[in-house]
Amino acid sequence: MNKTINQKAWYFVIPVFVLVAFNAAIPLMTVVNYSFQETFGNNVFAWEGTRWFKQILLSERFHASLGRQFAFTFIILLIQIPLGIAIALTMPKKGWGVPVCLILMSMPLLIPWNVVGAMWNIFALPDIGFLGHTLNSVGFDYNFTQQPGDAWFTTILMDVWHWTSLVVLLSYAGLNSIQPAYYQAAEIDGASRWATFRYIELPKMKKVLTLAILLRFMDSFMIYTEPFVLTGGGPGNTTAFLSIDLVKMALGQFDLGPAAAMSLIYFFIVLLVCWIFYNLMMKNEAKS
Amino acid sequence: MSLELKNIEKKVGIDTHIHPTSLKLEKNTINVLLGSTLAGKTTLMQIMAGLDKPTSGEIWFDGKNVTGMKVQKRNCSMVYQQFINYPNYTVYENIASPLIITGVKNDEIKQRVGKVAELLKLSEMLNKKPDELSGGQQQRTALARALVKDSDLILLDEPLANLDFKLREELREELPKLFEDRDCIVVYATTEPSDALMIGGNTATLLEGKVIQYGKTLEVYNKPENLISAKVFSDPPMNIAEIIKSGENCKFTDNNVQWKSSVKIKDGTYKIGIRPHNITTYKEGNNSVEINGKVQISELSGSESLIHFTNGNLNWVSLSNGTQQKNVGEDTKLYMNTDEFLYFDQNNRLVNNG
Repeated sequence: MNKTINQKAWYFVIPVFVLVAFNAAIPLMTVVNYSFQETFGNNVFAWEGTRWFKQILLSERFHASLGRQFAFTFIILLIQIPLGIAIALTMPKKGWGVPVCLILMSMPLLIPWNVVGAMWNIFALPDIGFLGHTLNSVGFDYNFTQQPGDAWFTTILMDVWHWTSLVVLLSYAGLNSIQPAYYQAAEIDGASRWATFRYIELPKMKKVLTLAILLRFMDSFMIYTEPFVLTGGGPGNTTAFLSIDLVKMALGQFDLGPAAAMSLIYFFIVLLVCWIFYNLMMKNEAKS
Repeated sequence: MSLELKNIEKKVGIDTHIHPTSLKLEKNTINVLLGSTLAGKTTLMQIMAGLDKPTSGEIWFDGKNVTGMKVQKRNCSMVYQQFINYPNYTVYENIASPLIITGVKNDEIKQRVGKVAELLKLSEMLNKKPDELSGGQQQRTALARALVKDSDLILLDEPLANLDFKLREELREELPKLFEDRDCIVVYATTEPSDALMIGGNTATLLEGKVIQYGKTLEVYNKPENLISAKVFSDPPMNIAEIIKSGENCKFTDNNVQWKSSVKIKDGTYKIGIRPHNITTYKEGNNSVEINGKVQISELSGSESLIHFTNGNLNWVSLSNGTQQKNVGEDTKLYMNTDEFLYFDQNNRLVNNG
């Protein structure tokens, strides 16, 4: 059979190309452009090769902010995932409690990042904020604008408040997809509550949990607005996570070359971790 | 040992799921609960198991009132329509799980699991995870888990419904043998009359939360107490028509088909139930009667031919052996085996029952 050849369909792809070019490829290539050159005013550039990359990779400042970033992400994952599962397990499965809980849970997710930052900033102020004032009046020496430990505590608490709901909603969906027969079978076997969780609920939630971890990893690794509004990276540089440090370098100091190199390295780290994670996940899928 | 339901009733809100029901199941029997979906089979089983409490009524087991006793304290096991196994346990661990929980010694577990696995042809797959098995093997694993426990009560809730035709046939043949020399009561819920006939034992026909009839499977099939029981126990659906009887002569109200009947009942109008396989394209029995029909649907199912036809205002379903080719719209002759007719009175009670 002869196929009629008609390549006109390609024209339909053009809008997508244009769109992707403008929202992804061109800005990214601009950054790539900056990262290999020294930028002067009036569009004057000088070729620098890989100098900025070497500089960033060897700089202590970058190591420190990368370390802070990993620590932050690790801590919030460690809190949010178990907490999210625990809350999902206690949520009602039927009746009027379901919509109430779901709406309450989605509320923090609907609040814009900078509002969350501003809210927590005021909430935690040692003199007038409810949290700050209460902590001080019961005897804690709490001041997140001056003490690094308190700044970390507040930032983590804020993120937990803002994002645990996402884990809750995903786990809840996962739990609800388990057929009642599984629970009955476990009951007939005489399995304990813990055994039911360990051998039925957890394995059945595996897929949504991997998704939750991946989403929470990416989001927290790229976190900017909330800590920026809350602490501005301070006190000192103690809560300056990668993105905050990057903006400081690019827009504060106007070091376009190193900042561009740093954003590319940042981008590759996120990509790499997601790729590794995704592959591990798929490997497990293929095995079972 | 027996399981007795005394006036069990189950209401959820304003809905009645089970109307007052009494049923006595004896030791070493297989009991089929036969009824369409929503007939109350699953609810009844959950009450038997203790997974659900009746709104009123009592459950007696082995001479003891066990109403409200938790399922963990009863010695029962259940197999579901869905293949329920622990996802990250191997087949061996899955089968062994009820024994591990009750603290049976390792050597004994090994021996008992091995025996059951062999019985269910799972010996080769003991180290696999349920996801790696076919549907049939997954269900065999679930069955093995139910059998390994030596339960007093084994409940099977449509265990074959999610299997494909061939596996279903295969497992259906094995099932009665599995329970042969066990000291237990087996309850098997199904929507399919053919399952009940194949498994034998006793059958309870159910409709809309009521047990219509309970007795030996063949008896329930051959002598349904009433029209409802007969309908539940017939697939394809039973043909029902009104007749007038005067003396030995019987005749349908809606057409002129006549036959002589030796059934000893008073003259008058009756309803008659004819199972599809008693209307055939060929003569069967000594007292068959001819009926004309216009073919509506003609289909083959395995080695049988299903022909839907109309005669006057009535729709009929017939089931003949072999491949009988008929064209839609064709006028055709079929034969009814009058010996197999079931006569029901105006209260839908069977009258030719002896």
